[in-house]
Amino acid sequence: MTPGSHVVEVIVENKPLARDPEGETIHQNLILKGGYNQVTGVRTGKLLRMNIEAKSPEDARAIVRKLSDDLRIYNPAAHTIQVRIVG
Amino acid sequence: MGKVAVIQYPGSNCDLDALEILRDVVKAKTDLVWHKDLTHDDYDAYVLPGGFSYGDYLRAGAIAASSPSLRIVEEAAESGKPVLGICNGFQILVEAGLLPGAVLRNSSLRFVCTWTRLRVETTRTPFTKRANAGQVLEIPIAHNEGRYYLDKEQIPELERNQQIVFRYVNEKKEATEEANPNGSIDNIAGICNQKGNVMGLMPHPERASIPVLSLDNQTDGRVIFDSMMRTLHGPEA
Repeated sequence: MTPGSHVVEVIVENKPLARDPEGETIHQNLILKGGYNQVTGVRTGKLLRMNIEAKSPEDARAIVRKLSDDLRIYNPAAHTIQVRIVG
Repeated sequence: MGKVAVIQYPGSNCDLDALEILRDVVKAKTDLVWHKDLTHDDYDAYVLPGGFSYGDYLRAGAIAASSPSLRIVEEAAESGKPVLGICNGFQILVEAGLLPGAVLRNSSLRFVCTWTRLRVETTRTPFTKRANAGQVLEIPIAHNEGRYYLDKEQIPELERNQQIVFRYVNEKKEATEEANPNGSIDNIAGICNQKGNVMGLMPHPERASIPVLSLDNQTDGRVIFDSMMRTLHGPEA
């Protein structure tokens, strides 16, 4: 794989046990009120999309995973993250 | 003579209030120090004031927590010096890992600016030693991210270690849901580290330390700064 520019996203969410009042409000006051009763839950989060120069998408993902831990892109006391390659 | 530093970050806005109380009310030798200028542990105590450091971007306190000044504060904390974080200062201490947990968005999703009652849960800290255990202090809050969070199973340990310093209570001194202004777990308003010398709280004691600013002319917040003075100068302070 040749070096290049990759796009990696980090999604930060509250841990499942930490309440997410924004998600609850969107669920109860918008989605259920709008009649979409098949939606049983909503969680909000924060998305960071990063452009990375790396040898491969996997390397790019590893860099983002490491920096998320090192620089506390999330607070592990309250949040979980997903790191995914999008391009 | 103990010397206090009030550390200023870009976006701090309660720095001068804290300075005023420390310098002019409790008569502590105090400097206002720009965070980049804090390169050595030259002070005897540190105050991280309220505000919106770095615009609260990413998370409240998260970016200031990476300031090299926090390494100095950490060093001071390890040597046992008093460190106080008020509101955004509390958030910074949590984000820097000097205090456990996280401070999340208020459960009401609203900025809350109101007076609260705080029950003093421990007098072992340098900031509460002149208060009485169980005493109730009326001190205001003003924040959007004040919901203290720690995994529920970690709360008993926090309790055992006497790290819970203040709880939001009602007029009967009960920690009820109605008395909890932001959804903090277990009504926690302020905590300290295991040693007790690092304390953070969401309420603003500097806004309740001179009569003209307070409800009914009381000065309940002052006991926190008076306690700090006693720590720095001994019982005669």
